[in-house]
Amino acid sequence: MRYLDEFRDPVLAAALVENIHRRSTRPIRLMEFCGTHTVSIFKHGIRQLLPPTIEMLSGPGCPVCVTANADLDWAIAVAREPEVILTTFGDMLRVPGSRSSLEKAKAEGAKVRVVYSTLDALQIARDNPDRPVVFLGIGFETTAPTIAASVLQAEAEGVSNYYILSMHKLTPPATKAILDSGESHLDGIIGPGHVTTVIGSQSWEFLPRDYGLSCVIAGFEPLDILQGIYTLVDGIEAAQPEVTNVYSRSVRPEGNETALEYMYRVFEVCAADWRGMGEVPASGLKLRERYHQFDARERFAVDPGPSVEPPGCLCGDVIRGAKTPPECSLYGKVCTPHHPVGPCMVSSEGTCGAYYLYAGEQDSVRHNLRS
Amino acid sequence: MCVAVPLLVKSIENLQAKVEMGGVSRVVSLALTPQAAVGEYVIVHAGYAIGILDEEEALETLELFRQMAELAEGGDEVSG
Amino acid sequence: MDKILLAHGSGGRLSHDLIRDLFLPHFAAPALAKLDDAAVVEPLATTLVLPDSHRLAFTTDGYVVKPLFFHGGDIGRLAVCGTVNDLAMVGATPFYLSAGFVIEEGLGLGILRQVVASMKDSAQEAGVEIVAGDTKVVERGGADELFISTAGLGIVPQGVDISGSNARPGDLVILSGAIGDHGIAVLSEREGLAFKAELTSDVAPLNHLVASMLKASSQLHVLRDPTRGGLATSLNEIALQSGVGIRIEEGKVPVHDAVRAACEMLGYDPLYVANEGKLVAIVAPDEGERILEAMRADPHGGEAAIIGEVIADPKSKVLLRTGIGGTRIVDMLAGEMLPRIC
Repeated sequence: MRYLDEFRDPVLAAALVENIHRRSTRPIRLMEFCGTHTVSIFKHGIRQLLPPTIEMLSGPGCPVCVTANADLDWAIAVAREPEVILTTFGDMLRVPGSRSSLEKAKAEGAKVRVVYSTLDALQIARDNPDRPVVFLGIGFETTAPTIAASVLQAEAEGVSNYYILSMHKLTPPATKAILDSGESHLDGIIGPGHVTTVIGSQSWEFLPRDYGLSCVIAGFEPLDILQGIYTLVDGIEAAQPEVTNVYSRSVRPEGNETALEYMYRVFEVCAADWRGMGEVPASGLKLRERYHQFDARERFAVDPGPSVEPPGCLCGDVIRGAKTPPECSLYGKVCTPHHPVGPCMVSSEGTCGAYYLYAGEQDSVRHNLRS
Repeated sequence: MCVAVPLLVKSIENLQAKVEMGGVSRVVSLALTPQAAVGEYVIVHAGYAIGILDEEEALETLELFRQMAELAEGGDEVSG
Repeated sequence: MDKILLAHGSGGRLSHDLIRDLFLPHFAAPALAKLDDAAVVEPLATTLVLPDSHRLAFTTDGYVVKPLFFHGGDIGRLAVCGTVNDLAMVGATPFYLSAGFVIEEGLGLGILRQVVASMKDSAQEAGVEIVAGDTKVVERGGADELFISTAGLGIVPQGVDISGSNARPGDLVILSGAIGDHGIAVLSEREGLAFKAELTSDVAPLNHLVASMLKASSQLHVLRDPTRGGLATSLNEIALQSGVGIRIEEGKVPVHDAVRAACEMLGYDPLYVANEGKLVAIVAPDEGERILEAMRADPHGGEAAIIGEVIADPKSKVLLRTGIGGTRIVDMLAGEMLPRIC
């Protein structure tokens, strides 16, 4: 697979790991913002190749984890409305809301369909002109432009039964909120490669400028991530914070201007409710007035009931980097990937899910590498 | 939040591209990268190309990795 | 008449005609042709079976795959091979199958005929007979086109003791070929993937492969066919059953290029994709090479490879050494595999 396999070369990987070991002298804390980085780090077993001086923290770049319970409850309530077909990316299906999940609602008769793209959702709308088709819009700046494009297409075709339930969020404001909370004590950030393909690497200049933090924009293959970590370590050791683009094959300083234009044509910035961080100003997207006929929140009036966090669940603290998963009393006992209590455990992209699968076993895993 | 893969554009019709990797092909939208051309690689997320892969930069990045690897073999203290 | 009617399931004239005209011509076992309520069969003097073996292997399964026909197979072939393979996985020589059909009113007779013909071919390939059957027809909407349930009977030869609880530290883990073909072949139609070289399901009966493995060595400890949940789930089940750990090497697990590419595009992991013509064997270490050779000589074992070993610790866990030399835990499949954006 061209432009994937080369970035997984084991010989180069070993050398990059070696470089990291040599360059890193003191304990530092790095955060990979993006859930897909968390998955990739886990999938390739990178964490345990790193020297003990480097602590990796998973950030809130996991749309599943940061969706507020109230929003998910609303989505489940809409799915239960008669005739509604709720379309969603697979990521959201098993996430527990206050009382139920989309998976459970589906088992009880709600029409919930998992799609790979808004293109599929739009086709479902065309195929079912008498039924409202609602698309659950999660995701950050990588995904929001694709939803925007689908709205523009629906408008051009005169599709009148297609609705967007926007829960889209913006990454730089979330990063600022985490840093401003002062709980995470980071030394560097691995920036999201595909979000930045859209928003451009200059969007992250505020990190060294306002926070004295190094930021590396990395791709998702092992060599990308390892080089990203090395670059961060290097910059931190040299006390020279800056933004470095290590994913230059996809990321430009100005990003993808067409995608940004579409995104801001259809959506406008608003405050958003982030699980674990409460309301963060100017961190979400809502449909502009001009496209109000596509807004699910306008079309449907549902009352999902009060939103409750599961008692004992520390997802909020974990997302902010204030606590680690083992510090949650439910972790590993009541809450496992097979019976997740909170969203952080639902998949290996959530901090708790990823932790469960490797960190807890680190000792026996390390032991086995040597034997 | 960013599962996306580089896919080769084989043909384009009305901002829809047939893209391919490893002998598998599908149709994706070029609405967000209307300037993409046949023969280029696009980064595809959720059915849409969100960026065009710069092959020159890709090769330069790989070259950087190889140089870093040589440094590692050299056994010298690596400094930035 | 070209469609299944409710009356076909009522036991009357139409039912009899259906059995006579559609099922019997394909399932030609003499025991079935008698059309008694149960098949009476002469136990197995017909094949090479040790004289005092007396352990029966008995299995049942249900098949609800959608779409009914996919690249490389169909629900009928799946039903026969799946049941034959369940018997083969305990080392049994399979002999007899039963097949129950639950049909949705309105299903085309031509479709049913195709499925049944496929079952006949698969049974022939496996060397088994379908000796009992049943048909029920439900109202439109009461079933999704066609469901098949089966039962299978086999004999376990004397001295053969194959079970998921038999894995021991030091044993080798052998995979009979590339994983992910079936799941991706079935999914590809739904997800709009086209394949340059047609990717087909690997659905196949594995009893002949197992027979040659047993001939090569008696040190076969575990056999498992990684169907739903994929290789990852099967290895976890074995690790749990045997109270051992299993460590495999990513670089040694065979995956066809097209499957790899499709998984990348959809965000899937080949370790969790279903297979219907593969087995994983856990064998004594000094027998590994001999068994591997026997497998590679079989049409369904040509790409067989040793992928890892059984370890004492961590118990009940499966570890994967990744392509870049890292290590991670491979859990059982949680929930369904779904296309992700993250």
